[in-house]
Amino acid sequence: MELQTFIPLALLILLLPLAGFVTLIFAGKKLPRKGDWLATAVISMSFLLSLTLLIVKLGWYPDESITGSFNWLVLGDAMFGSTLAIELGILIDNLTVVMITVVTLVSTLVHFFSIGYMEGDVRYTRYFAYLGLFSFSMLGIVLTHNLLMMYIFWELVGICSYLLIGHWYEKKSASNAANKAFIVNRVGDAGMFIGIMILFTNFSTFTFETIFESISAGILPFGSTGWLTAAGILIFCGAVGKSAQFPLQIWLPDAMEGPTPISALIHAATMVAAGVFLVARIFPILTADALMVIAYIGAITALIAATVAITQYDFKKVLAYSTISQLGYMILGLGVGAYAAGFMHLVTHAAFKAGLFLAAGSVIYAMHHALHKREDHHTDAQDIRNMGGLKSKMPVTYWTFVIFTLAISGIPLTSGFLSKDEILAGTLAYSSLNGHYLLPLIGFIAAGLTAFYMFRLLILAFHGNHANTSRLADLRESPKVMTIPLMVLAGLSFFIFYSFNPFGAASGWFFAAIERPMSLVPELMQPTGAVLFHETVQGVHGIAMFISILVAGAGILGAFLVYSWKKISADQLASYMSVLYRGAVDKWYFDAIYNRVFVDGTIRLARILRWFDERVIDGLVNGTAVVARKLSQGGRWFDTYIVDGLINGIAEITDRAGNMLGKLQTGKVQTYLVYIVFSFIVLFVLYLQI
Amino acid sequence: MEFQLFGIGILSWIVFIPIVGMLIVLLLPDKKHDAMRWTAVVVTGIQVLLAAVLFRGFDRSMLGINEAESFQFIEKFNWITVESVPWVGKIEITYFLGIDGLSVIMVILTALISLIGVISSWNITKMVKGYFALYLLLVTGMMGVFVSLDFFLFFIFWEVMLLPMYFLIGIWGGPRRQYAAIKFFLYTFVGGVLMMLVMLALYFSVAYTDPATGNSIHTFNLLHMMNPENFVAGSLLAGIDTTWRYVAWLALFINFAIKIPIFPFHTWLPDAHVEAPTPISVILAGVLLKLGAYGLLRISFPIFPDATVYFAYMMAVLGMISIIYGAFCAMAQDDFKKLIAYSSVSHMGIVVLGIAALNTQGMVGGVFQMFNHGIITAVLFLVVGVIYDRTKKRGLYDFGGIANVMPRYMGVAVIGMFAALGLPGLNGFVSELFSFLGAFESYRWLTIISVSGIILTAAYILWTIQRVFLGEAPPQFESLPDLSLREKFSFIPLIILIILLGIYPAPAVELMNTSLSQLVELVTIGIN
Repeated sequence: MELQTFIPLALLILLLPLAGFVTLIFAGKKLPRKGDWLATAVISMSFLLSLTLLIVKLGWYPDESITGSFNWLVLGDAMFGSTLAIELGILIDNLTVVMITVVTLVSTLVHFFSIGYMEGDVRYTRYFAYLGLFSFSMLGIVLTHNLLMMYIFWELVGICSYLLIGHWYEKKSASNAANKAFIVNRVGDAGMFIGIMILFTNFSTFTFETIFESISAGILPFGSTGWLTAAGILIFCGAVGKSAQFPLQIWLPDAMEGPTPISALIHAATMVAAGVFLVARIFPILTADALMVIAYIGAITALIAATVAITQYDFKKVLAYSTISQLGYMILGLGVGAYAAGFMHLVTHAAFKAGLFLAAGSVIYAMHHALHKREDHHTDAQDIRNMGGLKSKMPVTYWTFVIFTLAISGIPLTSGFLSKDEILAGTLAYSSLNGHYLLPLIGFIAAGLTAFYMFRLLILAFHGNHANTSRLADLRESPKVMTIPLMVLAGLSFFIFYSFNPFGAASGWFFAAIERPMSLVPELMQPTGAVLFHETVQGVHGIAMFISILVAGAGILGAFLVYSWKKISADQLASYMSVLYRGAVDKWYFDAIYNRVFVDGTIRLARILRWFDERVIDGLVNGTAVVARKLSQGGRWFDTYIVDGLINGIAEITDRAGNMLGKLQTGKVQTYLVYIVFSFIVLFVLYLQI
Repeated sequence: MEFQLFGIGILSWIVFIPIVGMLIVLLLPDKKHDAMRWTAVVVTGIQVLLAAVLFRGFDRSMLGINEAESFQFIEKFNWITVESVPWVGKIEITYFLGIDGLSVIMVILTALISLIGVISSWNITKMVKGYFALYLLLVTGMMGVFVSLDFFLFFIFWEVMLLPMYFLIGIWGGPRRQYAAIKFFLYTFVGGVLMMLVMLALYFSVAYTDPATGNSIHTFNLLHMMNPENFVAGSLLAGIDTTWRYVAWLALFINFAIKIPIFPFHTWLPDAHVEAPTPISVILAGVLLKLGAYGLLRISFPIFPDATVYFAYMMAVLGMISIIYGAFCAMAQDDFKKLIAYSSVSHMGIVVLGIAALNTQGMVGGVFQMFNHGIITAVLFLVVGVIYDRTKKRGLYDFGGIANVMPRYMGVAVIGMFAALGLPGLNGFVSELFSFLGAFESYRWLTIISVSGIILTAAYILWTIQRVFLGEAPPQFESLPDLSLREKFSFIPLIILIILLGIYPAPAVELMNTSLSQLVELVTIGIN
């Protein structure tokens, strides 16, 4: 395959889901099976094409990147020497081909899974249509060669997320969650927009390539490195919103109101990982300071989300916090300069976290049906306290869930071990080069917590005996259309797909394909060079692996001690650390504080301004009117008694004058107009001369 | 280029054909309501066709703005000439019509919105004859303003709009219609007086030399006023950066700011919108608000480039305040229509911010935002109209669950609202993007503050969608009929434009690009 054919192929991959969306929106309900097969077919085709592209690109053109673009808008005029061409286009490099394969694969599996999960839903067609729109937008983010398109698709995935979180909008909690997701994301997007404006104003272009070239040529935004760092951090704000990083992490747990396959696709595997992709994309222009901020944000996020995950009882909420925590890992990895590792964690996480969510979907689906059969509409089908002992009833779901749990906990032979281990090694290397010992410390603590809360979930939901045996008597394993995607993802959670060496990713194809790009910022602002960093990583790799296996093992052991063997009472543990425990249960008060400060504050300010508008500004206007009326009433008195008296006297004079002036009347309208205008002119002249 | 029919130029046709329609409506028997409605449809339909002819025939590469020869579809003849007036000399008022990139897009918008307005006027049953007669007169006034190149003519058309609007609100409006109508009238009237004073001062200061006779002739010709050489030495507005020029600029600005409306001159707008019947709200938001910004660009900017540069920062500040303040006020409303009225203040603030940037991106963004806001807000007012027709309610807390009751209606409403919150892929995004990009280049911090407006906008729009469309429908609204055929006709063209221009804005941007570049060049030539 020629390199040139990549562009039309990529366009096809991008536009197929869009075509599916358009067809389904306009004609979906008239199609057989309400069009689910059509949506699934187009995304499957996109996946097959992406896979082809991946193989050809990495096999034959591993070092090349290709762009295709066109002028979308041309502003300004050549006559005045400066035109401003806004280009849209596609960039295909190794990062792109890996990412489109991940996106289309997970999307395809979720499509299949949804055929089972969403069966009989009120808005079945619309659901599949939105899935198509989402896939299109997500692919757009990945394929773009410029920041403008990045922002466009960034917002589009946001709106798809909004629409799908609010899929069951009859529920107030669902529409609230949808609003929250979009608005919190908008906060990040506003920052990203400002960052883009900084770059555009200085470089007159949105394309990565041109911006990178200018910066590597030493041209800085507004001539200062401070603005360059600011631009980097501001664009990263977009990632903070979309990838649910501290301090904007609050929307993702609420987003679990959406259908579970959506949580798997959008809120675990792809959209929330877009932030990580964005950081990877702009990596060359991030200064050392910006990267340090990014690393800390990632670390803080990883830690706080992991602590909250321990205390949750909603199956999906545990997974949501775990997603936030893992995204924190990826961001942390990129921040410390472990570029390939951070991105690899995105890919491995996409597989096992999508798997975890789909398994959760399978459980919830089964619970729902079992409860429904018993006419039980009160028991929460998502609360793990109502589960337990599902292992024997749902073997496929259980065993795949075990594999995913091992992977996320970072147990050797899984994909998660490979990528997480590299990130942790990266943090160790970073701290040995630059200080900041907090970063690896948090990394390892969060790794231990991850193993703990994941095994807690596994044990509580699947092991042991069920609290109320009669309640779930009718529980069945989910249909094949749902379990097969689980098996595929479980397969992808083993190391073999990423590196042939189960204890080191560095020798695998992934690290060969995804190399950390050169930093293009001025030398003083550069992060540690890739070569030195790499050597340091190799030096600490053994230690990192040892500690990470140790903490993961400790986490698992702890979970079994507390929840399976009951050697330690969870309640007592909680009461020993009551302050911490309550903090974690209440999500470290972020929601409460934000509600109080930002939401209430904004609404209060809005009310005050409304009052100001109606009373003060409009009050002034109306006040003027009242004064004018009072004056005119006074004037009326004056008019009746004084002026009229005079008038009657003058009338006679006027009468005579009128006879004289009557001669001016020509009967031509134009002449009258002239008189009117010139009366004003005369008045004006008189006024000025005074 | 010759576009004539019966010896009358196309611009005269497009301006005066509503007057023909008005006469027909007046001559029709009182009971023939449908005939009146169809007359209005045909007349405004012809306007749309003529606008399409203009769109096709318009040469995108011609400058316009201050160059008489590069205006298009020009019609010019002396209308009123008075020889040798004391003090003044020869007086000349010309009937001078022509369009450039700035006006052509406004003409197209006006034609389109006028037609949509007529379609949504179908269920007006009170004094139908008077309604359509005034409506058509209003259309002539609006169209006239956009094509006039003579200040006197501009002023006449400007004032022609005032009376029909007053009656349309005052007679066909809601419960507080008289208050709203008088408020509208007084605000606009005060502005009009200020504009007239400036017009006269300009007239007095500007005289061009007649190439044939060598005489100096005073004129209302806007293009002559844009040429600094034509200012009579020692006259009131001669020179650069004089106090009088600043005063004149401010007087014009107040007039135009009232129309846009810019904080703090905006309080007529919520009242007028809330009381006006749906089609009049559509016209008001769709076209009338654009007249203000158009006036700034057509008159203030090119005639007073020095004062424009001097006051640009102030304009940007007011634009920023309007964006934020309008969004906050919108958020606090419980009346659907009032919410949209305040959202107009916010969105027109973006126009002001964009044009105050005095660069091509900002200018193109601002003018495109005028067009897009016209389209989007028209949709939003139609949306309110539809639900108000069915329920006689407009309170945001009166509804809920309309999505399941009227799914098609929900579809168009949501597209309109997403466009208003600047969702990429819809037209509002493109113009907001360029307005902000342009503004950022000139006013970094003001723009950064303004960008927070997009968060507020998202908040109040999504909150509105939630309150009106999501949740469960109250029992009394469970069986509302979905959009009728007529309603669909009024929505579809606008929705198509919203999507089309969002994906591919070039056809609109190309129309105005050259002229706006020229305008930027003209205004900033003193700085560079």
